[in-house]
Amino acid sequence: MLDATPRSLPHAPGVGYKAAHFNGLMDDPGPVGWIEVHAENYMGAGGRPLAQLRALSERLPLSVHGVGLSIGGEGRLDPEHLARLKHLIGWSRPASFSEHLAWATHLAHDGAPEYLNDLLPLPYTAATLARVCDHVDEVQEATGTRMLLENPSSYLLFAESTYPETEFLRQVVRRTGCGLLLDVNNVFVSATNLGFSPEGYIDAFPFDAVGELHLGGHDEDRDEDGAPLLIDSHGREVADPVWALYRHVLEKAGPRPTLIEWDNDVPDWPTLRAEAERAEALLAPVR
Amino acid sequence: MTSIVTQGTFRAALLDPRAATPAGLTGPAGATSPRRFAVYRNNVAASLTEALANGFPVVAKLVGERFFRAMAGVFLRAHPPASPMLTRWGEDFPHFLAGFGPAAPLPYLPDVARLELALRRAYHAADAPALDTARLGRLAPDALVTARLHFAPAAWTLASSHPVHAIWAANAQHGPKPGHGPQEVLVGRRGFHPVATLLPPGGAAVTRALMDGVPLGDAAEGADLAPLLAAWLQAGALTDLEA
Repeated sequence: MLDATPRSLPHAPGVGYKAAHFNGLMDDPGPVGWIEVHAENYMGAGGRPLAQLRALSERLPLSVHGVGLSIGGEGRLDPEHLARLKHLIGWSRPASFSEHLAWATHLAHDGAPEYLNDLLPLPYTAATLARVCDHVDEVQEATGTRMLLENPSSYLLFAESTYPETEFLRQVVRRTGCGLLLDVNNVFVSATNLGFSPEGYIDAFPFDAVGELHLGGHDEDRDEDGAPLLIDSHGREVADPVWALYRHVLEKAGPRPTLIEWDNDVPDWPTLRAEAERAEALLAPVR
Repeated sequence: MTSIVTQGTFRAALLDPRAATPAGLTGPAGATSPRRFAVYRNNVAASLTEALANGFPVVAKLVGERFFRAMAGVFLRAHPPASPMLTRWGEDFPHFLAGFGPAAPLPYLPDVARLELALRRAYHAADAPALDTARLGRLAPDALVTARLHFAPAAWTLASSHPVHAIWAANAQHGPKPGHGPQEVLVGRRGFHPVATLLPPGGAAVTRALMDGVPLGDAAEGADLAPLLAAWLQAGALTDLEA
């Protein structure tokens, strides 16, 4: 059953919340209109993390972003993790809940789950489409929310894939009624790594379903043939070509809630706020 | 025939650095690319090693960064996380350390790891209001004997044959150089701060008996109550008492 209460993130910049930024956010949020937290960091029984989330969620709209549900996994979803997610969404009442088109949990031969702590890729076939849709249905049913599914950053192609990623995502939306989270940096990373046009990807994306955008930094490397290999590291400023692609997205889609993701080598608050100001400068004219 | 890459195949190649990149995964030119596959391999090993180091900072400091990274590589393959709750990963780490040959010259490592596990559990433990200490002072002596104490969800004890509290304090809090001999420790939480406090000899057993619901007079028979009480209060370990 989907949530009947229309609650959504504002068409403003948001930031991925880090404890180091608690005072900055409380005292001097600048253009930051909402925060996003990784669900798995707030599933303990108590203590400082939950108290901070409670205080922040009274001040700012909240997005809960899961990284560990393994929606693209071959095995069943972990019922205990789904229950933890339902509990967190129940008490923190986020304006948005999102997860990834990826897998992370593998079931060993004895059935024991093994969590690999990365967003691992899946091929796009009729079989994986059916599985992902089943899992999205299950998550939406269990949490009572319409979830957003995020496009991954890719380093490799599966020879067995039969759908382009944008078509795969469009089908998931059509079959499950979920929304999408469009990570603009992931599009640029994947397009560079796999040799397709990032603008072409954007132009094929089902924008009606997009409830949130992500912007983050990437690292640059090369593969064994000298071809560029970008790595989705979330450890630095958003790159200039990603800002250009973001502008292209806003021209096509209009304003959308836009998250600055900076998870590693976390900067001080003024540096992060400056990235949010840069997003605001592009959002304001189309709002 | 197109190669199908199952997640079992992917996972096996991910955790074995000597394994070949699965056929059916290619770069844009259609060729197999170990460098590209290595991005996932590195992400898994590096992120889990970092999670383990975050959970066991004193163990990491005691063995040094290079040793820890190599040891984490062995541990994460033998005992991968069972769920995305990485704050709970590492319950097997003390036992692993006890059997890890290269760490044998540091026989206190497993107990240091147990202490760090307890501190992390305390950080995430359910909130519980501390006992109003005035209620203890108001108890008549015979009521004290039959009283049962309630402990916070964060409370935990360890009786170690090593000076585990001193080793931990020297590395986590710039405490003095540790000496020798056994130590007993109580972990609790004050407000949001996990606390590790030294217990008097025998104090861990008394505390555990009280946690099991044994009345104070029975649990602490023959023990000097004053230093025990001081430790319980210092660690914020008490929440209530039934007179």
